[in-house]
Amino acid sequence: MRKVDLLIIGGGPAGLAAAVSAYEQGCRDILILEREDTLGGILRQCIHNGFGLHTFQQELTGPEYAQKYIDRVIDYQIPYQCNTMVIEITKEKQVTAVNRSNGLQHFQAKAIILAMGCRERPRGALAIPGWRCSGIYTAGTAQKFVNLEGIMPGARVVILGSGDIGLIMARRMTFMGAKVLACVELLPFSSGLKRNIVQCLDDYDIPLLLNHTVVDIAGRERLEGVTVAQVDPETKRPIAGTEQYYACDTLLLSVGLIPENELSRMAGIDLCADTGGPSVDENLQTSVSGVFSCGNVLHVHDLVDFVSEEAAKAGAKAWRYITDTLDKNLKSMPIISGFGVSGAVPQKIHVGNADQPVTLMFRPKNVYKNAKVCVTAGEKEIYRHSSRILTPGEMVSLKLTPEALRQISDAENLTVKVEAS
Amino acid sequence: MLKEITCIGCPIGCRISAVLENGEIQSISGYSCNVGKKYAQEELTAPKRMVTALMTVRGSRHPLPVKTSQPIDKSKIFDCLNEIAGHTVSLPVHIGDVVLPGVCGSNVNIVATKELL
Amino acid sequence: MLDVIIIGGGVIGCSVARSLARYDLKIALLEKAADICEGQSKANTAIVHGGYDAKPHTLKAKYNVLGNQMFGTLCTELDVPLKWNTSLVVCFSEDDIPKLEALKKQGEINEVPKLRIIGREELHKREPSLSPNACAALLVETGGIVCPYELTVANAENAAENGVLFYRNAEVTKIEKGDSCWVVKSKAGAFETKAVVNCAGLYSDAINAMVSEDAFKILPRRGEYYILDKKYADVFHASVFQLPTKLGKGILVSPTVDGTVLIGPTAEDILDKSDIRTTPQGLAKALKFGSLTWENIPLRDVITTFSGIRAHSDRDDFILGEAPDAPLFFNASGIESPGLTSSPAIARDLADLVAERLDAKENPNFNPIRKAIPKFREMDDLERAKAIAANPDYAKIVCRCETVTEAEIREAIRRPVGAQTIDGIKRRTRAGMGRCQAGFCTPRTIQILCEELNLSPLEITKFGEDSKLLHSYLFGKGEQRHA
Repeated sequence: MRKVDLLIIGGGPAGLAAAVSAYEQGCRDILILEREDTLGGILRQCIHNGFGLHTFQQELTGPEYAQKYIDRVIDYQIPYQCNTMVIEITKEKQVTAVNRSNGLQHFQAKAIILAMGCRERPRGALAIPGWRCSGIYTAGTAQKFVNLEGIMPGARVVILGSGDIGLIMARRMTFMGAKVLACVELLPFSSGLKRNIVQCLDDYDIPLLLNHTVVDIAGRERLEGVTVAQVDPETKRPIAGTEQYYACDTLLLSVGLIPENELSRMAGIDLCADTGGPSVDENLQTSVSGVFSCGNVLHVHDLVDFVSEEAAKAGAKAWRYITDTLDKNLKSMPIISGFGVSGAVPQKIHVGNADQPVTLMFRPKNVYKNAKVCVTAGEKEIYRHSSRILTPGEMVSLKLTPEALRQISDAENLTVKVEAS
Repeated sequence: MLKEITCIGCPIGCRISAVLENGEIQSISGYSCNVGKKYAQEELTAPKRMVTALMTVRGSRHPLPVKTSQPIDKSKIFDCLNEIAGHTVSLPVHIGDVVLPGVCGSNVNIVATKELL
Repeated sequence: MLDVIIIGGGVIGCSVARSLARYDLKIALLEKAADICEGQSKANTAIVHGGYDAKPHTLKAKYNVLGNQMFGTLCTELDVPLKWNTSLVVCFSEDDIPKLEALKKQGEINEVPKLRIIGREELHKREPSLSPNACAALLVETGGIVCPYELTVANAENAAENGVLFYRNAEVTKIEKGDSCWVVKSKAGAFETKAVVNCAGLYSDAINAMVSEDAFKILPRRGEYYILDKKYADVFHASVFQLPTKLGKGILVSPTVDGTVLIGPTAEDILDKSDIRTTPQGLAKALKFGSLTWENIPLRDVITTFSGIRAHSDRDDFILGEAPDAPLFFNASGIESPGLTSSPAIARDLADLVAERLDAKENPNFNPIRKAIPKFREMDDLERAKAIAANPDYAKIVCRCETVTEAEIREAIRRPVGAQTIDGIKRRTRAGMGRCQAGFCTPRTIQILCEELNLSPLEITKFGEDSKLLHSYLFGKGEQRHA
């Protein structure tokens, strides 16, 4: 059993930023375990630009953004193992991993940071009727084929779901000579960024069909076409008579991301039904002491910049845990997602631990114009901010100041909610 | 000529319309802040885009991701992509290396965005 | 000249192949699809039935009970996972208890052992997740679950190891009477053979019609299913049926040997035998009736949906034996549920019959033992370390949802009757069968197939024919082979 102070599971943007931050705080015994053959995670295949405006005040592509962190990991000589899969984590912070050069390895960590990212919701989970032919991919898998393998999955494409990866792939497939016929979205709004809708769809005259879905898949062997129908915005049921057939050989799915928490579940970590990730406190510590979580395994982010910021915090707090300087035995209170709020992170907060601001993130449940975001502790309002628009496509990130946090000690809980006008 | 665009300044996505004559804006409406007005002025008169693409690498089955060193005219996107597609790069390459100078006869270079050794 | 040609590589064809390999015969199996186990054997309820449901004195009743008794030994010899988890037939109204009694009586006539009616209390103690509306059940101690594709593949591998030749992409187009033999013409060439065994499933009526006037018809009946995440592996212990209807055993909710939960099937008579589509109506129905057993089915954890087609015959029973007007042409037709359970007994009797008619001697070298591909996910630490030391590919996990290593995938390709398609790998290793449904592992699996079979990624298919996965290289440039 090898001992290590800080074990980081995942060498994507979250894992890298956590490692860099822990190192900069003073941690010298770190190990990053990465399942792919190089560091960088999903950014390796995100070759489009738009990353890093917050963090580096520069517009970078995914590989460039990742490289900035990889360079620091290498400069600091932080050890990492690629092609390494973690297969077990226990409550006692023992970790089992495998790779070709070391075989089966057992680690005893003082602290663990979970940074495994997320996966895409597949066709099966949507139960779309029709044939089970080839030519149906999640947008991310298609992105990997095109950008990393240099292979086009198809030539005539329909995209189901208007998440950012789907939008980005609409443009990429168009760039690479494919014809993208439509982007089909079940909801009355897109969950993608406005910029991506304009620059990936509008620029290339790709229609965005809101309140529509794919109701049938044709093609015994390779996909031959899909039937798209309008849905009732209330019930989400297809409206008979609105069916349109699109002849296509490829259907890309961009219908949601799911934090990948099988290892967390194995370790007995409490998971939050709203986010799909672990329930954490303001230090990003999970229900298992010394196990921290950040990035898309905690909750799905829109911007990698926010992932880096969150991960840096996890790294710093893990170091404080290791050095036993993290405040303990404080009273904790739950953070409740109120009206219009989905999946607030963190899920709880410690009272009296108010030397630093606490970042609270959530996704609006709907589109709200000229709305206010409020945080209340019992009857007391400790935060209020007006916003011209809130949409599910853009995560809200707010900071509770130490002054605000000092007012909450006698409350039962904190509630974050939207006040729509 | 009436032109309509969606503002990308924030998630509201205002529909901004403008009347253009000889490429010059005569009147503009629909924006709700200065960010929108400025975006619309640029977007309507001289729209530009950063282009990211893939380039063939000699002797490798993995392509090299590349980008324009600065935004190019939106109308030139496909010319730019065609020129990149016709080009092959040799290893090694580092981030920022110019792999295709002066794309489409402009002063914009195509640079590598990934290290391939 | 061959002694026997088996037409069809489903669980019946592959079981017959293995049983015939016990005799000193030259045997070939012809399968029309790109892989074995591409028809109803891959898409069914995966239950080893007790035998209470079949009408007494039918072949279904006889072979169900016989097959059930053979399953334990069979799965030990073939190293196939089998679990005697019991079956329950539940009813939701006190008024239906007489129907359970009748079912029990029928089972007893069929000589199903240890049938028992249990009341509400015992039922809910056994199955706490069962809907509170369930008030009584027939308990079938001899009910079990098995992996139908692993069983089919295991039979095929063992048959191949004992000398049976397998031809895939070998659709039979014509059977002619030759010079004291049959001439079987197929897409893989023409073969002369003394005997033919028709195990062609849904198409066995067409094959029979090539040689016999004694016609029967296969009426395709479609069933649609849901599969739920392994998270729910422990929610149900038994396979829970509802009282049977005219069209079948009704919608069940059952654990699978792989830890997922199966809900289905519906029963719908259709016209097109190849129409394995799922439909909005079918899926809704499966869910509606499944919810009677399991209230609030967690739909957000659905992994996939599929449909399977049963080969229901117009004779309403299995059709087994030599055709009356075609000597040495044997049928194993109309095999629908409980066909999987019956398969070892059908195969044994049919093989014995064929061997007797050919006056065949026993094969002294027959080895009944087949070892499964060692599964990394089932090993303990010591076994894992050993496996990795012997083959470092065991340290490379390709499918993270099901923890399938590169070693297992490569072996699945290299084995006799090995995988050549993405679906073939899936059925042999479970790679891509988990919750991400192959999103992460497909690119790597394609690469491994290319290396092992010396193919280009553009040639790799999901299940043969035109089910190609990829379209072209970027810029239409350089098709480079991997290996």
